[in-house]
Amino acid sequence: MTPGKIDSEQVKHLGKLARLELSPEEVADYTLQLEQILGAITSISAVAADHIPPTSHPIPMENVYREDIAVRGLEINDFASGAPSFEDDRFRVPRILGEPG
Amino acid sequence: MSDLTRQSAATLASAIARREVSSEEVTRAHFDRIAQVDERVHAFLHVDPESSIARAREVDQQLAKGELLSPLAGVPIAFKDLLATKGVPTTCGSRILEGWRPPYNATIVDKLNAAGVVSLGKTNMDEFAMGSSTEHSGYGPTHNPWDLERIPGGSGGGSAAAVASFESPMAIGTDTGGSIRQPAALTGTVGVKPTYGGVSRYGIVALASSLDQAGPCARDVMDTALLHAVIGGHDPRDSTSINEPVPDVVAAALKADVRGMKIGVIKELKGEGFQAGVLERFNQSIEILTDLGAEVIEVSCPHFEYALGAYYLILPSEASSNLARFDGMRFGIREDDGKDRSVEEVMSATREKGFGAEVKRRIMLGTYALSSGYYDAYYGQAQRIRTLITRDFAYAFSRVDVLVSPTAPTTAFKIGEKLDNPLAMYLNDIATIPVNLAGNCAMSLPIGRAPEDGLPVGLQIIAPPMADHLLYQVGSALESALADRWGGLLISEAPTL
Repeated sequence: MTPGKIDSEQVKHLGKLARLELSPEEVADYTLQLEQILGAITSISAVAADHIPPTSHPIPMENVYREDIAVRGLEINDFASGAPSFEDDRFRVPRILGEPG
Repeated sequence: MSDLTRQSAATLASAIARREVSSEEVTRAHFDRIAQVDERVHAFLHVDPESSIARAREVDQQLAKGELLSPLAGVPIAFKDLLATKGVPTTCGSRILEGWRPPYNATIVDKLNAAGVVSLGKTNMDEFAMGSSTEHSGYGPTHNPWDLERIPGGSGGGSAAAVASFESPMAIGTDTGGSIRQPAALTGTVGVKPTYGGVSRYGIVALASSLDQAGPCARDVMDTALLHAVIGGHDPRDSTSINEPVPDVVAAALKADVRGMKIGVIKELKGEGFQAGVLERFNQSIEILTDLGAEVIEVSCPHFEYALGAYYLILPSEASSNLARFDGMRFGIREDDGKDRSVEEVMSATREKGFGAEVKRRIMLGTYALSSGYYDAYYGQAQRIRTLITRDFAYAFSRVDVLVSPTAPTTAFKIGEKLDNPLAMYLNDIATIPVNLAGNCAMSLPIGRAPEDGLPVGLQIIAPPMADHLLYQVGSALESALADRWGGLLISEAPTL
């Protein structure tokens, strides 16, 4: 695989990784557009920067701690009201294991 | 007091404090204006006049008892729909969150509530703040009050348009690559991206966590300063929040003096790709700043040409991770046909249905950039470019106090004009993106109308981290010199709708 080159199989694979059930039209559109966008931004690879330290965050800080004091969090009902499915104080989700029942 | 909706936040606040007008009257006047124009502007996604007016009445009672002394007490505001508001719909402009009501408030919302500022509602935006035109909203575009066939900029087009159309005296926006400043430029209003870490991000739905910053939108520099002073400051709930006092932005706005200041014009941000009328207004403002006593020199930031590329790798990478939480399990919609589908199938169907085209495009771009094998060539290289851009700024700020450029390369374009060309759309933010990569602060303020189309042009002022006061000092000096020439603010020339 060459960086900057995108084909429809890769787009389908990316869709799968990103949990997007893409339509065939979307696969075709995104194949073109992602290649176009990557083509335009790969100019950055021309900059010799191997010796430059990366910046992941604009302010230099690490390990921000607070006092270890218990504070009241949200109540169960606060979550229940916003969930698509909620039962017995838990989020109800589709099956996560095994074959269809 | 004549038309309440035409007044500045500062004027309204002092009239309310002197009991010449009530917060309820002011709030009602703004809802009348919203009823009159928002069908055409579409700045708002959600309003609830009844509870806003009830809240205004409470504030009036508190003021009568002498309980509220905030400089903005009783003044209405609009919130970009990216801010969590307890019990009030919060969609981020996305169908995936349709109907969701957050269980808590963003810190900014709490601070403004405590200051007696009255929420009018939630404003339209590009879905999850991805866009430069507000056309990527899942709920339809916002229209520019200067010309309803044009875009108001984005992603915070709703907040800017609400302020520009006199539907609200002030608003909160968020700026990840220009989403406060570019809409301000395109609507003839003022918008500020504070220093990264200067305003709490708690309760703001994350797009790209290392770039996102909320800030004030209003019609003049003083109003943005008053709002900045209320929302700024350390928040223990945001680990990236800077634990230092907020620079005195209000005093700086009052000072309005550039005598003896050194101002740098960024060489790389005033040439190719910039509309002639934008450059004409920009150069004119530079002359005014010189006449006001500033020393203006040209500075070069040679790595800015790579900023857009670095940004469109860093942003999608962070966004693809942040947006993984929208999976139809805990909040928002769930697309489940009841046919015993697996959790992965339901997640994929939910995300496919709930996300719009631009969000999917960036999620896939980010997923690609973070893939093993490409990680170093893309994300790693982008992070190293980010260091080089930060060094460009550091060198420039060793020579000057503030930097200036046009905020956006063009004036507002027609709705639909760039919708099918993501790359053309991304170029809107070419002048604003470097600031987010380095974590600096910046302001956009109106500097006139482009001769060729009569649309507003914005000038960007950039200052080093935690030197936000310099934005206000320079901004208010330029604003008042321009207002003297024009006989008032530029926004007073906007169509009455």
